Amino acid sequence: MSAVQTTSPAPDDTRERGPLAEVLFSLLRSRTFLVGLAIVLFWIPCALFGEHFVPYDPLADDIINALAPPSTEHWFGTDQIGRDVFSRVIVGSRDILTVAPLATLLATVTGTALGLLTGYFRGIVDDVVSRILEAFMAVPGVILALLAIVALGTSTATVVVLIGLSFAPIIARTVRSAVLTERQLDYVAAAELRHERALYTMFVEILPNVIPPILVETTVRLGYAIFAVATLSFLGFGIQPPSPDWGLSISSNYGMISGGFWWTVLFDALAIASLVIGVNLVADGVHGALND
Amino acid sequence: MTNSAKAENALELHDLSVAYRVAGRNRAVLRNLSLNIGQGEAYGLVGESGCGKSTVALTVVRYLPRNGSITGGAISLDGKDVMKLDAEALRRARAESVSMVYQDPGKALNPSIRVGLQLTEIFELGGITGQAATDRAIAMLNRVRISDPLSVMQRYPHQLSGGMQQRVAIAMALANDPSMLILDEPTTGLDATVEAEVLDLIVQLRQELSTSILFISHNLAVVSNMCDRVGVLYAGMLVEEGPTDVVFNDPRHPYTVALLRCLPSGGKRKGQGRLDTIPGFLPGIGADIKGCAFADRCALADERCRTELPLLYDLSDERGKRLSRCHYHDKAQALPRATPSDVAPAPKPAAAPVLRVAGLNKTYASHGHPLRAVKDVSLDLWPGETLGLVGESGSGKTTFARLLLGLVPPDDGGTIELEGKALAPKLENRGDDQVKAMQIVFQNPDSALNRSHSIRHILGRALKRLAGLSGKALETRLEDLVRSVRLTERHLAVKPRQLSGGLKQRVAIARAFAGDPRIVVCDEPTSALDVSVQAAILNLLVDLQSKEDVSYIFISHDLGVVCYLSDKIAVLYLGRIMELGPSEDVFSGPHHPYTEALLSAVPKLDQTEKARIRLDGEIPSAANPPSGCVFHTRCPRKIGSICEEQVPPLAEAQPGHTIRCHIPYAELARLQSSTPPQEVPSSQLIACQNGFG
Repeated sequence: MSAVQTTSPAPDDTRERGPLAEVLFSLLRSRTFLVGLAIVLFWIPCALFGEHFVPYDPLADDIINALAPPSTEHWFGTDQIGRDVFSRVIVGSRDILTVAPLATLLATVTGTALGLLTGYFRGIVDDVVSRILEAFMAVPGVILALLAIVALGTSTATVVVLIGLSFAPIIARTVRSAVLTERQLDYVAAAELRHERALYTMFVEILPNVIPPILVETTVRLGYAIFAVATLSFLGFGIQPPSPDWGLSISSNYGMISGGFWWTVLFDALAIASLVIGVNLVADGVHGALND
Repeated sequence: MTNSAKAENALELHDLSVAYRVAGRNRAVLRNLSLNIGQGEAYGLVGESGCGKSTVALTVVRYLPRNGSITGGAISLDGKDVMKLDAEALRRARAESVSMVYQDPGKALNPSIRVGLQLTEIFELGGITGQAATDRAIAMLNRVRISDPLSVMQRYPHQLSGGMQQRVAIAMALANDPSMLILDEPTTGLDATVEAEVLDLIVQLRQELSTSILFISHNLAVVSNMCDRVGVLYAGMLVEEGPTDVVFNDPRHPYTVALLRCLPSGGKRKGQGRLDTIPGFLPGIGADIKGCAFADRCALADERCRTELPLLYDLSDERGKRLSRCHYHDKAQALPRATPSDVAPAPKPAAAPVLRVAGLNKTYASHGHPLRAVKDVSLDLWPGETLGLVGESGSGKTTFARLLLGLVPPDDGGTIELEGKALAPKLENRGDDQVKAMQIVFQNPDSALNRSHSIRHILGRALKRLAGLSGKALETRLEDLVRSVRLTERHLAVKPRQLSGGLKQRVAIARAFAGDPRIVVCDEPTSALDVSVQAAILNLLVDLQSKEDVSYIFISHDLGVVCYLSDKIAVLYLGRIMELGPSEDVFSGPHHPYTEALLSAVPKLDQTEKARIRLDGEIPSAANPPSGCVFHTRCPRKIGSICEEQVPPLAEAQPGHTIRCHIPYAELARLQSSTPPQEVPSSQLIACQNGFG
């Protein structure tokens, strides 16, 4: 027996559904995507409106009830100055869900522009820009973060720019390889034969065709960005007190674990884990739907 | 193979129905198909793409994709009921009694395993191991006329040419001496010379083996040369069946009649009338068919055809058993033409050529060696004229076209003049007027049309940039343009993927014509299309030419198509012009030995051909071209050491007809009117193959 035919002769019946509807349809059938989406959709209202429905003010201390274990009154217990851990975990999603998406957006926009540039012009432009990006990627992230924060001071904007720029080269690399493939196709030659400007060819002709890999890379990066924000906060370079941020809370409470006060750390850690997993499941689902 | 007592028929399909499940609905692909293939018989299955040919091949071994299912009927392979086989028996049947060869050998072979290992694997599956398996593999490669099996076995598939790969695939398919060999478009992606080689091989193998063959192809000429009997498939139904020569010479179904008329064969030229086409489209799969499936496209159809499904009328006579599924099979050949045959007017004589190319060269650097893709090409193109570029793949046709367009800059020294003005070598240095004057229709519309843009955007942008239109004027011109390529407004809103191949190619043609070009390069524009669609596209190109007085540079490996369309032909070999002249002279000869071989390789519908000339081996590498005449390594008419030592000049044989050969014109005429030349000895073949990599 010779090899199996790889493409099925099944009919092209997409006439009834557009490509976008096709992707949506297959996303809605993907269990991975739906579970991920459910997790992410749980945290988004928490970030937006959490303050208004949590049982306690996440910043209000209550020294008398400090370090109370989980109970019906305080579901997740209280921390060392008596703040309600449940309220803090819910409201703690706010900063991370602002900073991480903003950083990812910055990374995507910069990375896409750089990827289009290098992939379209190739040659010397590609060589120079790609080497610079590689050099940038070779510097350890933590050192970069330390330097930037020492130089610029700690602020939310610094964290966004820092994470955004350090993820941009990775996205640029993905976009570049997709653009290199598109560059070979005859529609690009047809554009050249109309004397189109390079910017037009890059953004109007090529960009729409490389959206799928960009979308996948962006969702994957969002997961990493959440993790990076939490890490920076934990190290004290990210979101600053008194915000109920998860990484920050873990950082200020992890000394208590040995004293048996596990609830001050566990729920924040679970929150980070759930959000990262949720975003990664969504990324997996998107990847699957776009590469069917 | 273990069966000793063979069944009467190698394959019997009885009332077979197959459906694909799409969007929750079963859609019929094969409808009550019955056919028998006798032991040792070669049966050809022809029809347009989408009519279910490949599904037949897959169904025979129950290899349908996951959404496909057999909804009725029976398949009997060598007397065994395939439907009743369990998984293990089915695996054994696939391993032992049926083999398949697919269109693209590059995909059928594993790219990361050496050829030898892939071959011996088959024998190991049958329990033969070690040296015995190797010996068998060598024997198999010898059988498919691979002259240096040991070295071929050490190579990876990508190190072999397309023809060699396909031979290896055939060797693998024949390894277990199957009783049934299914060939699904085995030569479609190959050059004419290589195709001829592979087809010859299959013919020879048929004489040595008792294998029955199911030969699937859209190429009627190939089938007519290869098969004893032919079945014409339409919308999953057998519409006509009979001995090959009878069906093709005396068709009794309007569909067969129409298919045969679409072919630009027998040296037909555009000045002799337009090609006929088949109006309309194949019914979609799963379409509800009440009467005759072809009724909507058939000019003979009447009320009865639309309501009553015709039976397979038995028209057997002394020429053999034949069937036709047409109520009016006796009138089928009276099918009126769908396209009037009126001739396009000849171009008005012009004072000066529109394009002048002199001394054009292109050298690439390949591992430090210069690779001369195009060497010293000079030619003129007159307004309203079509120049056909022919040659095997690797002969520099496409590179030459890209040089003209400025997509690739040529070497210094050569000149390209458009309407008397020199063109800058690089596209960005050419003026807007010069750019819009020369456009291209690419081979593959899927690559040439941006899949993210609507047809309106694609054509609108071309009109804006090339014709400088905007607003109302653009809209008006857009409508004209769309109508001139016979599309409708309805097509403007959709994206390319929603159109069929032929419609996409019309969009590509419309785009090329947006700025009233002087020259349009057509790079194999119909090679991916069915014959009926090809005929319509060729007619469209001829119509546009006579209306717009545009010149074409037409690249194609299909010599029938080139001959139909071209006024002048340039034959390229290793980037050099071997012959250049008026189309009639080049085709009718006397011609260059390479042209002679190319023409001889084309399968013809009427089997009146003389003994054929075969070019063995592959085109040598352009990085290391042969000395003297570059064609001497493969030339069947080589006269001696002069061919190896001296480069022949491009000498004028007759006014306007030049040939690059040491043999004098009168001598060529004498040679070509008498005997076919000797075949190139196979030792030379090995030398060529080893020149690779």
